[in-house]
Amino acid sequence: VERLFKDEATEEKGERARMASFIGAIAIADLVKTTLGPKGMDKILQSTGRGRSVTVTNDGATILKSLHIDNPAAKVLVDISKVQDDEVGDGTTSVVVLAGELLREAEKLVATKIHPMTIIAGYRMAAECARNALLQRVMDNKEDAEKFKADLMKIAMTTLSSKILSQDKEHFAKLAVDAVMRLKGSTNLESIQIIKKPGGSLRDSFLDEGFILDKKIGIGQPKRIENAKILVANTAMDTDKVKIYGARVRVDSMSRVAEIETAEKEKMREKVQKIIAHGINCFVNRQLIYNFPEELFADAGILAIEHADFDGIERLALVTGGEIASTFDNPESVKLGHCKLIEEIMIGEDKLIHFSGVAMGQACTIVLRGASNHVLDEAERSLHDALCVLSQTVNDSRVLLGGGWPEMVMAQAVDELARKTPGKKSLAIEAFSRALIAIPTIIADNAGLDSADLVAQLRAEHHKETSNAGIDVISGSVGDMAELGISEAFKVKQAVLLSATEAAEMILRVDEIITCAPRRREGM
Amino acid sequence: MALAFDDFGRPFIIIKEQEQKTRLRGLDAHKSNISAAKAVAHILRTSLGPKGMDKMMQSPDGDVTITNDGATILEQMDVDNQIAKLMVELSRSQDYEIGDGTTGVVVMAGALLEQAERLLERGIHPIRVAEGYEMASRIAVEHLERIAHKFEFSVTNIEPLVQTCMTTLSSKIVNRCKRSLAEIAVKAVMAVADLERKDVNLDLIKVEGKVGGKLEDTELIYGILVDKDMSHPQMPKQIEDAKIAILTCPFEPPKPKTKHKVDIDTVEKFQTLRQQEQKYFDDMVQQCKDVGATLVICQWGFDDEANHLLMNRNLPAVRWVGGVELELIAIATGGRIVPRFQELTSEKLGKAGLVREKSFGTTKDRMLYIEHCANSRAVTIFIRGGNKMMIEETKRSIHDALCVARNIIRNNSIVYGGGSAEISCSLAVEAAADGYPGVEQYAIRAFADSLDSVPMALAENSGLQPIETLSAVKSQQLKENNPCCGIDCNDIGTNDMREQNVFETLIGKKQQILLATQVVKMILKIDDVISPSDY
Repeated sequence: VERLFKDEATEEKGERARMASFIGAIAIADLVKTTLGPKGMDKILQSTGRGRSVTVTNDGATILKSLHIDNPAAKVLVDISKVQDDEVGDGTTSVVVLAGELLREAEKLVATKIHPMTIIAGYRMAAECARNALLQRVMDNKEDAEKFKADLMKIAMTTLSSKILSQDKEHFAKLAVDAVMRLKGSTNLESIQIIKKPGGSLRDSFLDEGFILDKKIGIGQPKRIENAKILVANTAMDTDKVKIYGARVRVDSMSRVAEIETAEKEKMREKVQKIIAHGINCFVNRQLIYNFPEELFADAGILAIEHADFDGIERLALVTGGEIASTFDNPESVKLGHCKLIEEIMIGEDKLIHFSGVAMGQACTIVLRGASNHVLDEAERSLHDALCVLSQTVNDSRVLLGGGWPEMVMAQAVDELARKTPGKKSLAIEAFSRALIAIPTIIADNAGLDSADLVAQLRAEHHKETSNAGIDVISGSVGDMAELGISEAFKVKQAVLLSATEAAEMILRVDEIITCAPRRREGM
Repeated sequence: MALAFDDFGRPFIIIKEQEQKTRLRGLDAHKSNISAAKAVAHILRTSLGPKGMDKMMQSPDGDVTITNDGATILEQMDVDNQIAKLMVELSRSQDYEIGDGTTGVVVMAGALLEQAERLLERGIHPIRVAEGYEMASRIAVEHLERIAHKFEFSVTNIEPLVQTCMTTLSSKIVNRCKRSLAEIAVKAVMAVADLERKDVNLDLIKVEGKVGGKLEDTELIYGILVDKDMSHPQMPKQIEDAKIAILTCPFEPPKPKTKHKVDIDTVEKFQTLRQQEQKYFDDMVQQCKDVGATLVICQWGFDDEANHLLMNRNLPAVRWVGGVELELIAIATGGRIVPRFQELTSEKLGKAGLVREKSFGTTKDRMLYIEHCANSRAVTIFIRGGNKMMIEETKRSIHDALCVARNIIRNNSIVYGGGSAEISCSLAVEAAADGYPGVEQYAIRAFADSLDSVPMALAENSGLQPIETLSAVKSQQLKENNPCCGIDCNDIGTNDMREQNVFETLIGKKQQILLATQVVKMILKIDDVISPSDY
């Protein structure tokens, strides 16, 4: 056959295509496999860009995001981990590992001449059955506020235990739970602000009920204001431009220049007057404030903060209850923000502005302290994971036990189904259960435990009705997860199960890979 | 390459840059063309039917697409061969015209060419083959009309339509929720259909996807979904009984289109200009407010000051809405698109019962729902799914389902699927062949054989014995005189496609046969290929 495609394009067919995608996907899964579980290891990522900046992490999504991958099937896995991150925030590693295990099992089945479509049909049945098994065993403590809070605490600790924060997991779990409880059910994580300041130790991190703005107070302005009235603005406080397009200043003598300059100054003074007329004692602007208006504010005893970035402004407006203003002609209709106290505080060596006693109680700030930027970045990612999971759990309060318990429960139910199903599908269903059991196996392996022994024990335990057995990594044995207080959110597990199956199915269905010639870039 | 030589064996220069070109002619040209087309058909062959496999394609930029939609596969394959490009065109025209059966048409054309190759080897002139094919396709189409059934449905009874869409969806990766997706597609089409004129404007159905959630969360929204949020973070997130001003003019300072500059040379001018400017913003917002709008949707951006004024006057606004969406909003809400603030009147406002902003997941993604519109003729299908590829593939599948539903509304004749129509046609063509004297008879027979290739591929992909199954079904059709017997792809246990509820539209099938024949004729007529040689 003649050449059909362009020069550098390649085409893989049938078995070869399947092999290529299996290998790619399994390689990716193996890559992140070792980060799974409380004793998972971290990875160092070095960027190819200038500066060669280094990231240390064990967050699956972060690792995969930074990889440059050429294998199309591997890209599918990277994609699902990203979606998992966006949707529920945690379980980014598990989803990839599970999908990888499903494909590893599928590879064996394909080798024994079972058609991929049969495998897919089996996997689908198994996934449905596994989900139902989980649904039967969920616990829901929504009614009981005390218990629910305890649940949240457990989930946060479980999530954090696999991260860098595991040393102080109780401290951080408490931080995260407190922060999320303040949101009162909304999933808007924007109102939780995380500020990172190198120095001190991780244990020095704290939750602050107010709002902290990483800015300095202008010179000669009050450093402490009680009962502050805050105007949050987004307006030019440098030289106010004439906005009508094409307008320009053209004068014919020096004296005219001076006149116009005075007029400009006058205009700015008027603007400042108008702002002051709102009866405020604190003015926060997104854009620059020049020396002249700053001086005017200082004269009026008003605290002026310049160049708060956009997020900062939005958040400040949110917490203080003010609106972001850009025109100042009708002071009566502009809503001002309020807070009890504004003061300058010192964290480490930096001065920050602290707003406390804000109108809206939902917002809070978490100040992270740590030895280095790497530690802080990783701590932020971990905390973010925990916050995401918690906020999702607040909405969907169903909770499962952790430590490999859900996988064992699902595996058992799926096994049961396999025995009942006639036909070749049952082989695929069996394989699904094997893939599920691989997860506790990997957790045990990563912790340096005898996985074969532990998993066998687990299986025996789970053969009894309603067992709470899971792997206790700390003591290296099988333990009661309910007693140990290891919990996970149902929503996360469900998302892991469904997206992993979906991804595996997608890759299994492929029997041909066509790679187009890479686009030529100019100057290469 | 040389076309002609003089007495001393020196070539005449006839074609520009003649030395650098290669030429294929006669049977060689035919063979090379046919083999290229066959190669394309071969790629698609395994994607046919409910158990068809997917193809994974990596684009020049490294993006990955996974699909089993014939048109999409061919489009993304980036083929270089001229004849292969013809096949891509073929699939595309089926996609434009019918929207479904894009794989089948290519497989069919490939089979026709394969048969033609054999005839050519036996020394039959290509034109005779082409003519024979033409006659055969006419017989087949006539036969299709004979075996076609009228398809009964009404606005209240949409079940049959749902069944048809399910047939289409069952070959896609989304077949896990084919029932709910088919219902969504049919409801969407019914919402925008003009049953009097038997026409459906698919432009009124917007298909929007957002990564995350499950496929089961896919929903039909009687209204418009815009992937934008309110321009000011503190505007109300929900508006009831909204009166919508749809603007294509920016809330920005005017830009005089003339080349003149406004010169400022005195203090007075400076001040008047400033006041003018403030007044200008104020006027814009006031004009919107005066006509009674409670929501402003604008194609362009807002100036900070205008944004705040809108917020201050309690007039929620959305900015940077795309032109297509703007049109849809205008259709749905019964409003008019207003290009200037001066032309804004209360009659031109659109109305919607509910406008709300909804956020998803842990990221800051927000979308704007415009529901309960004055004119519910515009709907949105909102797809959720595990990842981007899934969403894209669902979009394509939904598109196919929508097209099928539309085709049935346009023309409610159907034929049964599962290869039964092809087998039946093949029998009819075979029988008719004897009536034609001359060499064309061979071509007509060959046509009948290639019609068999579609059910054969179906059986192959479903893991059945292709030849055995095909001959069994064929004899059953003859014996029972029942044109509804097809390949039992899903292993249900019956060959009768009426019981399995597998059917396709008559126009779709007709189009497949006609288009495939046309392209094959075109390829057969080529006997000389001159191409610039590689350098």
